[in-house]
Amino acid sequence: MTAPVIKGAAYVLVHTPDMIMHYGTTCALEHETNPESEFLKKVPGFIRSYEEVVKYAPNQAYIGNILPDALNDIEKPWYKNLIQDAKAEGKMGEIVDQDEFYVALKLSDAFDLVALEKTFLEDTKAKLTKKPMYTEAELAKLKEGAEQSEIDSKVKEGAEPLYMGKKLVGCVKAAHDKDKNLTAHIMVENLVVKASGVIALKNLIYRNNIPADSIEYVIECSEEACGDMNQRGGGNFAKAICEIAGATGATGSDTRGFCAAPAHALINAAAMVKSGVYKSVAIVAGGATAKLGMNSRDHVNKGVPVLEDCLGGFAILVGENDGISPVLRTDIVGRHTVGTGSSPQAVMESLITKPLDKVGMKITDVDKYSVEMQNPEITEAAGAGDVPLANYKMIAALGAKRGDIDRTDMMSFIKEHGMPGFAPTQGHIPSGVPFVGAARDMIMSGDIESAMIVGKGSLFLGRMTNQFDGVSIIMEKNTGSEESAGTVSKEEVKEMVAEAMKDFASFLLNGKQG
Amino acid sequence: MDLENQKRVLDLSEKYGKENVVVILGTSEAESAGLTAETITAGDPTYAGPLAGVSLGLRVYHAFELKDQVDANVYDEQCGMMEMVLDVDAIISEVSSIRDQYSQY
Repeated sequence: MTAPVIKGAAYVLVHTPDMIMHYGTTCALEHETNPESEFLKKVPGFIRSYEEVVKYAPNQAYIGNILPDALNDIEKPWYKNLIQDAKAEGKMGEIVDQDEFYVALKLSDAFDLVALEKTFLEDTKAKLTKKPMYTEAELAKLKEGAEQSEIDSKVKEGAEPLYMGKKLVGCVKAAHDKDKNLTAHIMVENLVVKASGVIALKNLIYRNNIPADSIEYVIECSEEACGDMNQRGGGNFAKAICEIAGATGATGSDTRGFCAAPAHALINAAAMVKSGVYKSVAIVAGGATAKLGMNSRDHVNKGVPVLEDCLGGFAILVGENDGISPVLRTDIVGRHTVGTGSSPQAVMESLITKPLDKVGMKITDVDKYSVEMQNPEITEAAGAGDVPLANYKMIAALGAKRGDIDRTDMMSFIKEHGMPGFAPTQGHIPSGVPFVGAARDMIMSGDIESAMIVGKGSLFLGRMTNQFDGVSIIMEKNTGSEESAGTVSKEEVKEMVAEAMKDFASFLLNGKQG
Repeated sequence: MDLENQKRVLDLSEKYGKENVVVILGTSEAESAGLTAETITAGDPTYAGPLAGVSLGLRVYHAFELKDQVDANVYDEQCGMMEMVLDVDAIISEVSSIRDQYSQY
């Protein structure tokens, strides 16, 4: 059996300032319940420009232009200390502007639900022709845009608007006149997941020179559900994304598990490759409009810009052992089981120490831990503290309790084995996976040897269970020795020897073999 | 404090009597522990949930305050790690101060 390896990772952000007010739940609910509120009047004054978003250091870490640890050297608040020479294009992804994204929505629209104004579409299409990720044939599918009057009247009839500032440049129609699961609002949410997932997968393919048709399976792991009134979460985002991204050799399916879904998907992908069912499995997720401006009330109250102004997306490719790329250790997997319980200690033990104990490793044997990597600048202003730091403190405390580290060394452990949070608070996006790309680079350049990817999820939000959830897996340096199929492993040899000895003992005792 | 949890506390105190209800918190920050304690004693300070303007005056403790009441092994297993991570003194001081002011039982 082959060892599954991380062949590449891509991370994208989509700056959607005009979606915050209409599609983010915080502002949308305020519109419904208190349309004249002071908060809503103040929000536009706290929205960042695309340039500010590009220069924002945590965003540069997310798309791979700086390592997360580099944030330790940038003075806070990061939104005031911008990286002046930052680029929208990153080593592992890009930060996409809103106009381009609206066109990407249209490219993902298989049922003619998205209408874009003629001139806007022509101008933005011209921008996209300069991007190597879009082919002429793809852009030709866009055809001609709609008249402004047509869009105006569709919005009056209930279509959801797409704004650039105050200008209405497009809309998304409902896909059914009675089905609550196909309303214009839900179609926006789902098309956004699809389109941002497509951008992530295209970045993965393009930046890693992967033949698009070589991907055999895609696992989509975001948090939305697509389906109609007879099958609300029927799916299949994965295949829909593959089709637009040009992954013609792939099929796929959706995996759900709140914020933990990407880590589940990573383990599933590793298992599929290791078993030999598929040679090349991508996991992909698009972003969530609902979470845009989720903490904007606190941000505005505290004079902080609305930092939740980007959709997040990512894609990771797991493939067969190439002797170079970091290996996913399918034998070191942590999981929170139904019987684990919900105390923080039990949770951390199940995800961190139990899998390490199985192979005789100490907490200090893992070079970097990637936990819930939310950007603390977003969460601290909302009173939720520094989430990654809280996780690192718990891992350090576990280490101290076990005697892996001295209690006085907890802070230095956190600095060495942790990192500042840098991911947008897009639910599934920050959980473990944002560091996979950087970890791959750091392992391959010899800076570190291993990293543990930890995904955690709060299942109570679905009101089906109060159970907590989480899984973890270790990625580590490739030793270069490639296992080949058909070779007998050490474990198998041990089992065979044990079996033979048992038979022999039984023969001595009973006088016959059996 | 979560609106649904406010309703649960209200329902339980109506069902069993306020004098028979003790609320144990597991909150990780002093500020949020204080706000939760205030909600179930003096009433919801944000005036958003079912306990807005309702002073239940319940007895409220943080789990850290009950260390001597539970089996040492169980406490260590459930709370030992978090005791090392969180600001225990600040949490206890916040919750006990709210209890002293508003708890009626």
